[in-house]
Order: sequence, then C-alpha cells, then structure tokens
Amino acid sequence: MTELSAHLPQFQHGQLTENFPDNHLSNTQESMASALFNTDQNDNSERRRHDNSECRRNDNPESETNGQPQNNIQQVVEQDEEEDEELTLKYGAKHVIMLFVPVTLCMVVVVATIKSVSFYTRKDGQLIYTPFTEETETVGQRALNSILNAAIMISVIIVMTILLVVLYKYRCYKVIHGWLIISSLLLLFFFSFIYLGEVFKTYNVAMDYITVALMIWNFGVVGMICIHWKGPLRLQQAYLIMISALMALVFIKYLPEWTAWLILAVISVYDLIAVLCPKGPLRMLVETAQERNETLFPALIYSSTMIWLVNMAEEDPDAQRKASKNSTYDKQAPASQTQNEDAEADDGGFSREWQQQRDNRIGPIESTPESRAAVQALPSNSQMSEDPEERGVKLGLGDFIFYSVLVGKASATASGDWNTTLACFVAILIGLCLTLLLLAIFKKALPALPISITFGLVFYFATDNLVQPFMDQLAFHQFYI
Amino acid sequence: MGAAIFFGCAGIAFGPALALVVLTVAAEPLRVIVLVAGAFFWLVSLLLASLIWFISVHLSDREDAKLQHGLLIFGAAVSVLLQEAFRFAYFKLLKKADEGLATISEDGRSPISLRQMAYVSGLSFGIISGVFSVINVLSDSMGPGIVGIHGDSPYYFITSAFLTMALVLLHTFWGVVFFDACEKRRYWCLGLVVASHLLASGLTFLNPWYEASLVPIFIMTLCTGLWAFFTAGGSFRNIIKCLSCKQEDDSRVLMYSALQVPLED
Repeated sequence: MTELSAHLPQFQHGQLTENFPDNHLSNTQESMASALFNTDQNDNSERRRHDNSECRRNDNPESETNGQPQNNIQQVVEQDEEEDEELTLKYGAKHVIMLFVPVTLCMVVVVATIKSVSFYTRKDGQLIYTPFTEETETVGQRALNSILNAAIMISVIIVMTILLVVLYKYRCYKVIHGWLIISSLLLLFFFSFIYLGEVFKTYNVAMDYITVALMIWNFGVVGMICIHWKGPLRLQQAYLIMISALMALVFIKYLPEWTAWLILAVISVYDLIAVLCPKGPLRMLVETAQERNETLFPALIYSSTMIWLVNMAEEDPDAQRKASKNSTYDKQAPASQTQNEDAEADDGGFSREWQQQRDNRIGPIESTPESRAAVQALPSNSQMSEDPEERGVKLGLGDFIFYSVLVGKASATASGDWNTTLACFVAILIGLCLTLLLLAIFKKALPALPISITFGLVFYFATDNLVQPFMDQLAFHQFYI
Repeated sequence: MGAAIFFGCAGIAFGPALALVVLTVAAEPLRVIVLVAGAFFWLVSLLLASLIWFISVHLSDREDAKLQHGLLIFGAAVSVLLQEAFRFAYFKLLKKADEGLATISEDGRSPISLRQMAYVSGLSFGIISGVFSVINVLSDSMGPGIVGIHGDSPYYFITSAFLTMALVLLHTFWGVVFFDACEKRRYWCLGLVVASHLLASGLTFLNPWYEASLVPIFIMTLCTGLWAFFTAGGSFRNIIKCLSCKQEDDSRVLMYSALQVPLED
C-alpha cells in the first residue's frame, strides 16, 4: 500500500481533497451502477485509455492551479496513507469471506459430484500428459512412474507458459485470443454435456437428445456471453465457479493417485517461482505488458466485485469527473500491484491492463496455469471517498481448480472419508486466509497456491494415516474426546 | 434407518450449533474467520494427539486387547489435554489480534471484543469436534444396516447425536469460561475447565451404560452453561429485562462519526 499510495497522491489526492463531497457522491452513484453488471470494457477501453492519459496530462497543471501548498498535500497524503492502512485491514475480513464463499462453493460442487456420480472416480484411462501407468507390480516402479508423470505434466505447463510469453512478446494476439476462445467453448459445451450425461445416468433420468441439446446450447451460450462480454456479476461468478469445478473433475478423473499428489506439490512450487522470481515467465509477461502499456492477454480471474465506472468517456476536463476517474484509477492501480517497486508516479499502464483484463473471462484448458499465475490474489487499495463494498479481490481460476482437485481427491480416495475431506477443506481455507493476510502486508501479487496446498497436503496425509484410525477406534467404542 | 435417522440425528447433533452460527456468526466476517481458525487449531491438536496414540500403538503389542483399550483411553486423555493447550494458544493469538485490531481501528477499539471471540472460538472447537466425532457415523446411518446386531446397544445413533450436541454446547461454554479465566488470571477456573473436559470425556468411556454417561454429561452441560452465562456478565436481571422487552431510554449523547472536520485549504 505504501509504495503505491506514495506515487498516486501526487496527482490524485490533490484533486480528491478538493472535490471530496462531489467525488463521494458521484462515486457512490457510479459504483452502485457499476456493481450491477460488467460494462463493456472493450468499447470503452480505448476511450478510457485516452481519458486516463489525459487525466495524467492534466494532472500537474491541475495541482498547480489548485493553489495548494506542497506541505498541505503532504499532510493529506499522510492522513490518507494512515486511513488507507486502517481501511485496508478493516476491509480484509470482508474480502477473505468474499473469497471463502466461492472457494467453498466450488469445493462443495466437486465433492458432491464425486460422492454421487461414480463416473468421476472410475478409472477410464489417463491423459496423454501422464502416459505412465500406476498399476505396477512394485511400489518402487509406481513411485518412479508417478514422478515421471508429474515431470512430464509440469514440463508441459512450463512449455505452454513460455510459449504464451513468446506469443505475447511477438504480439501474436489473434493466436492467443483464438486459443482461449476455443478452450472456453470446449469447457462450456463439451465438458458440461458429459457432466450432464453422467448425472442423468446416475439418477436414471430418461432424457431425449433434443432437450439436452437445448439445455447445453443455452448454458454454453449464456456462459460465453457472461464470461467474455457482459453479464450480471453473480451469473458470471457462478459460471466461473462451474467451469472451475468441471476442470477440477476432469483432473480428478484422469490423474492417477500418486501422480495427482505429486503434481499438486510441484505446481505450488512452480507457482511460487513463476510469480515471485524476477526471471519467472509470468512475471516477465506482466512486465512486458506493463512496458507496452497495454492489456495483458485475457486471463481467468474470479473477481468478487465489479468496480467499473459506467460511461466515463467524455473528453471535457470536468474536475468532478476527473476526480472520479482518478478514483477508478486508484481502485485499479493497486490491483496491478506490480512487482516493480520503482514504478513511476504516472505509470498507470498496468492498471488499465487490469481493467481490460477483467472483462475477458475465458476458460483455457492448457493455459490454466498461466492464467492462474498471471493474477493471483490481488487486493484493491481503498480510498477515502470510496464506498467500502466496491473494492474487490481477485483470485485466479487455476487456484480454484487446484484447491478443488485436492479436496476432491481427498474425498474420492481417502479411507477416512469425511474426516479427511473436512480437514483438507479447513486447511485450504486457512491457507487462503493467510495468503490474503500476507497480501495485505506486502501489497503485491502473490501466489495463492503454495500455502493452501501445503496445508492441504499435510492435513490429507496426516488425517488419513494418523487421525482416521484414532477416530475410528473412538467411534467404535463410542468414546468422545 | 436411512434418511429419517440421518436427518434426525444430524438435526439433534448440529441443530443448536447451526442456529448459533446462522444467528450470531454468519453475518460478521471477522467472526467467521475466528470460527475457521479455531477449527484449524483444534485439528492441529487432534493431529498431534493421534500421532502420539499412533506411535504408542505401534510400539506396543497389537494382540493384547486390554492394552489397546488402555492405550485408547490414554490417547483420549492426551487429546483432551492437547485440546485445552491449543485453546490456550488460540487465546494468546486472539489476544494479540485484538490488540492489533484496536491499534489500527479509527476509534481505538477493536471491531470484535475478546468476549465475542471467546464465544466464537468455543463454538468453533465444539463444531469441529462434534463433526469429527459423528460425521462418519451419520454417513453410515444413511445406508442399509442393523444397529447392534452383534449385541451392542441399538440406540447407538441417537445417543451419539445427543452426546455430540452436549459436546458442542460444552465446548462453547468452556471457551467462554476459559478465555475469561485466562484474562483475569484465575488459574483455578482454568483447572476446573480442564478437569470438567476430562470428566466429560471420561464419562463417555462408560458407554453403552447410557444412564451413567448421558445423564451426568447433560447435567454438566447445564451447569457449565450457567457458569458461562454468569461469567459473560449475565444475571437474573438481564434475563428479566430481556424477557419483558422493555425499551430502555438511552440518555447518552449520540456521537456522529460521519461528521468530518472540513479540511483547511
């Protein structure tokens, strides 16, 4: 928070303090309007980019004509920083819950499906990414095969990430967009068709193809619209949760046991490296996008609120609108908590990218790791005049997927059954809570997988092997502890 | 058997807990976080206790039934002590968090009081403890089977449900008393809480002699409930005032915090 608010106040707080009452009103009105649905970012993006650059250009003359002495601005800056710090932590609990609910919902859907639909626990072969079988004679062979499988999967992911970075670097945007749209089409139509079919088989529901075609068509088309274009916020969130659950179910079905645990472990390490290391592919991607001052490729992000201002396209330098534009700016700028600590004062490019990034919610299968790692959990900074409910927090869909894979695998294969599932669930929630706490402290993009997956894995193996026999014995004798 | 037993027993076991969560915890984000973190602490204590039991079982003779029984009782006792130790650790953590929240808030007071945190932490321990004890039993009750076919008690499910309910409520009350005792440094209260937990757990060893286990546990629940009520500041007057629904005139001056001093230009 401190590094960003140090940069922003130079041109924002000066204006904000002056326009405080107007700003507050316009913000609440617009924020209420914007909270209802996504605005069409693609249309407004060019105009907003222009507006923002215009804002910045008018900045300095504006602050000069305000006539405020420099020390006054400093005072305001400090006061804002303190209040921002307080407000950040006060909002922290609310944002944690805003992420708890969708993560819980996704896990509930996955566990409910695993427990009822036997298709997803049946062994029907493996993915081509994990060619080595685990039905071997010796334990050593099985271990070796699973290590090889995990290695292949991780290298596939690394190669795809690097390919994506290369494509982005050489500006092959059409390829990337096409790839993402095909992936989301596949998820929304094909995988949900299979899911629906299996649910019908489980409950022995007689269904004709015409009805199914109608249902899947509607589901898929509304999904594409909601995710890629505009739609009610809740519907969009519901679709994102559903496609994460579908993806997680695919992984649970096709990954053999030991391979799955190994992949989970290795991917959290990879997540850590890719997001935090200076030469990590995802960090490079983000920095390239920032240099070019343009939008990052459409990524999978679950956002808890939409805080877009509606129709801020006019060119005339109205102070009130500029203030509210600046407040949008402020809202998104922290979303782009860049890893560059030395970002310039007027470098807002990253925030605009995040604006444009947020409209495009597509579901790539192969690029899940990139999208997951591209934006992990980001907070939004607060602002005095901002309505608290308008700040949202974002989590990559890849995180949803891997959390659900862990809990789903725990419920599918554990001998402790519900105890293990619940223990993993609590562990993941606590990991998420801790990650958000670290986020509030460090205020930069952080990987959301490592802590949660580590806790989840530790609790899975410990509960399955240690707690389950103990509780089983106690329940057998009806002893309570 | 089947759905009726499942829903009935689930309702008995978790009805009070669910009501308490929905009415008092679900609306406040901070309390939900305290709830989940409390569950985490209980799980860690259970993990350690299971580890100790597991090691002791593997180091001993597996064939000796009496020894295994004794080790189970030992494991249960260790688990109770560890639960209380982790309750103390959670108290320390919440106290620190309370101070932190107070320093960063606008008016110097934390948005959640230590008493509320005591209640929520007790509830969280109770819920997770109850869930872990009874969830597998409940899921088995949905399927086919005959209870007590080998000579055990046929009332297994219903007594389990009642015991779980008692345990959930007991943990909630213990949480309130425990935190208050730690706050006021009344160590005899602490000892009493630990002793009553050991007693409750010990009474369950008398199962299936339910007259000796269920009835005393419920009496203990009632007594601990009253103790927690008086510790939290309740009194007969409060109850009467609450029941009579009288509106008290608030003669205090209301402070408007939305007023802001206009910034000097």
